[in-house]
Amino acid sequence: MPQPQNAIRLAHITKTFGEVVANRDVSLEVRRGEILSLLGENGSGKTTLMNMIAGIYYPDEGQLFLGEEPVDIRSPRDALRLGIGMIHQHFKLVDVFTALENIALCMEPGRRLDLRRVRSQARAICEKYGFALDLDQKVYEMSVSQKQTLEIVKVLFRGADILILDEPTAVLTPQETEKLFAVMRNMKADGKAVIIITHKLHEVLTVSDRVAILRRGEYVGTVNTCDATEETLTEMMVGKKVELDIERPEPDHPVRRLCIQHLSVNSPEGGRVLDDVSFDVYGGEILGIAGISGNGQKELLEAIAGLQRVEGGASIQFFPPEAEDRPASLLGKSPRDIREAGIHLSFVPEDRLGMGLVGSMGMTDNMMLKSYGSGHSPLVDRKAPRELAEEIRQELGVVTPGLNTPVSRLSGGNVQKVLVGRELAASPVVLMTAYAVRGLDINTSYTIYRLLNEQKKKGVAVIYVGEDLDVLLELCDRILVLCGGRANGMLDGRTATKEEVGLRMTNLQTETEVHA
Amino acid sequence: MADSIKYAEPLVRIARREAAPLGRKVAVRAVAILLALVVDALFIYFVTGLNPISVYGVMWGGTFSTSVRFSWALRDLSTLLCIGIALAPAFKMRFWNIGAEGQVLVGGLVTALIMVYFGNSLPAPALFAAMAAGSIAAGALWGFVPAWFKARWNTNETLFTLMMNYVATSIVACATNLMRGQASSLGTLNKATKAGWFPILFSQRYTINIILVLVLTFAMYAYLRYSKHGYEIAVVGESENTARYAGINVRRVIIRTMITSGAICGLCGFLLVAGRDQTISTSTAGGNGFTAIIVAWLAKFNTFYMALISFLLVFLERGASEIASAYSLNEYAADIITGIILFFILGSEFFINYRLIWRGHHKEVQGK
Repeated sequence: MPQPQNAIRLAHITKTFGEVVANRDVSLEVRRGEILSLLGENGSGKTTLMNMIAGIYYPDEGQLFLGEEPVDIRSPRDALRLGIGMIHQHFKLVDVFTALENIALCMEPGRRLDLRRVRSQARAICEKYGFALDLDQKVYEMSVSQKQTLEIVKVLFRGADILILDEPTAVLTPQETEKLFAVMRNMKADGKAVIIITHKLHEVLTVSDRVAILRRGEYVGTVNTCDATEETLTEMMVGKKVELDIERPEPDHPVRRLCIQHLSVNSPEGGRVLDDVSFDVYGGEILGIAGISGNGQKELLEAIAGLQRVEGGASIQFFPPEAEDRPASLLGKSPRDIREAGIHLSFVPEDRLGMGLVGSMGMTDNMMLKSYGSGHSPLVDRKAPRELAEEIRQELGVVTPGLNTPVSRLSGGNVQKVLVGRELAASPVVLMTAYAVRGLDINTSYTIYRLLNEQKKKGVAVIYVGEDLDVLLELCDRILVLCGGRANGMLDGRTATKEEVGLRMTNLQTETEVHA
Repeated sequence: MADSIKYAEPLVRIARREAAPLGRKVAVRAVAILLALVVDALFIYFVTGLNPISVYGVMWGGTFSTSVRFSWALRDLSTLLCIGIALAPAFKMRFWNIGAEGQVLVGGLVTALIMVYFGNSLPAPALFAAMAAGSIAAGALWGFVPAWFKARWNTNETLFTLMMNYVATSIVACATNLMRGQASSLGTLNKATKAGWFPILFSQRYTINIILVLVLTFAMYAYLRYSKHGYEIAVVGESENTARYAGINVRRVIIRTMITSGAICGLCGFLLVAGRDQTISTSTAGGNGFTAIIVAWLAKFNTFYMALISFLLVFLERGASEIASAYSLNEYAADIITGIILFFILGSEFFINYRLIWRGHHKEVQGK
């Protein structure tokens, strides 16, 4: 065997944004015929570093080498010319075009458009690496996984032999993830260099040959995957030992708090996004909701919170702690109506800055988002909110330059702490959270799990919409699986398996896709 | 080792600067004005052949040479500022009210009609009250219509408010035609009795206009910053979803805010007719409704900055016309001179918010 060749090497790369150092003096190399995981917590500079290879950013300092040749990548076009392709988290596809047309769009400029040749080349790529892609399907009809496949084929079509995948599995089911990994192994066997950005440890261990770890913008080191365990990787990533177990106390005398029956929601376009869903929620337990993103989770929570128009025939009953035999209907109530009826319903929405908080306002002003209207004075009272903000800042360790610094300038974890802190301060009876740990680092994630468990022990009914099945299975007492807007089974969190949940998440889709 | 290799790194890159200290902001703007004056001097000397220093003197004199001129400048400033204040709440809500021109006109028209029909029958306090109330109501109506359509059917407010301007202009033209035949204006109203004219206070014709606008400046600042309404406006402007989540009635806030915006524009029409022109014509608003959009934006909806920016614009405009008449210059040449100053001042914002990194200047950007 010849010595493994470097595909690309980074030497002393530094990148700053204003005062923020995104990468400091990072040096690492990627070899041909290997899968390198780039591991790090959110905000550790993984994506920034890769964006410099892909020509989106330009390093402030340092040098890139392609093989042994120093190169200068000033634009994504430069990167593609050098055979570097990046698949971003947010896909860059033309919705109304077919897969083939989208591929044809990335032909090298100046060449004649020959769809037949594009088709045969694209087919060849699909066959070689084992992609399942219908070239004549329109992008808007594709699932997230299909769109991702198309993105990868596009990049390969342009002749990339260094591929960077930015958190590709975040949007995939376990089954789709397996397929993606199979394709990645095929590309590796073909001698391509593959870099996968992720913060999921078990994926790192499954798919990669080596792991490079970043921490707060600095390069910590590279280890061979065969020598690594989840514990050692976490320690390198966080900088200290972290307890990776999630507590799950037994529910203490669960009482029914919510009874939801025949809940249906139509999208503005007319399609049914939530179809005849019925379930109960109990105080003192955490109810998990699993499903591929966009299968009705958002609408379900918003319908309960009074933010969605609900189709006829539904009922949402709330059983107040002081009068459990006299349920109140939440149907047709606006968030303000619910609040004024004395129902303590807290909601941590998925879109933190677009729904839960006002990005341009500071912590103080965000604290009063739901309470500013109390009292008869025409002026707002900022005293109590300021005190609450200070309390949350200290208790949850929110890192912010000041209580009036716009929250949109805080890091993702701190934004979520502000939001969760405010919702918990309202002493909820029902607490709904949507993707509460998405994009958060390990420490903050565990803080959130701890806070949710505290609420559970207090007798709060907690609804946890999640995407990481491992976490759902470790944290939740019961798990409701949504598939295509329908309730597809209520599972016991203590006995269900990941495969079972994964299958139920997809089994309303075509059978062939599940078995493939 | 990589340092030894020089490659075609981009010549210059742009990087965002964190909040600059006050001293830097002042310094950058001072340098910008200085540079503008230097560039202007070159233009004046080489193109018009005049002495730059004396041209600057004349320009300065456009606002400051006599007390009458200064009073005119304050009058223009108060008009522009008043409309800017009216736009502030709408813009803060991200409702692009391009219809100030029309809202001012209808306010002015109602004021003028009340002066014509009730000027001799009502006692002065009742007359002024009626003029104020009528103009506010008319402006509010002009603000309400596009807001209602936006809230109900999500129509595009930019086009809607813009077209309402033409409706207002046509109504004013129609009214003057009906009342005075072919004349383009109603002529000076109540010339003999001066009924409905603002009195001269402190030997200054525009005192009432100026005082009212000053009060509005403070009031609007407080409204946006300290009132519950102001808070709701900010939330709706940032994200309608957040507003709904917070239980804010978005439709009501949109309509209420546009009524406020239109009402203040209407009031501005009242000030123009009763306090400045004593007549109405299709050009009463005189484009101030559009210039005020720039004022509101540049000030980022802070009414005190608006006062500064209004002053700058008025000063430059008066300076330009002064130069044009004093040297019998082509008006375009005068506009170029003031345009260069404006360009530099606005351009300096870039250097406050961003910095340039030149090729080879790596060490400087190394963060901590």
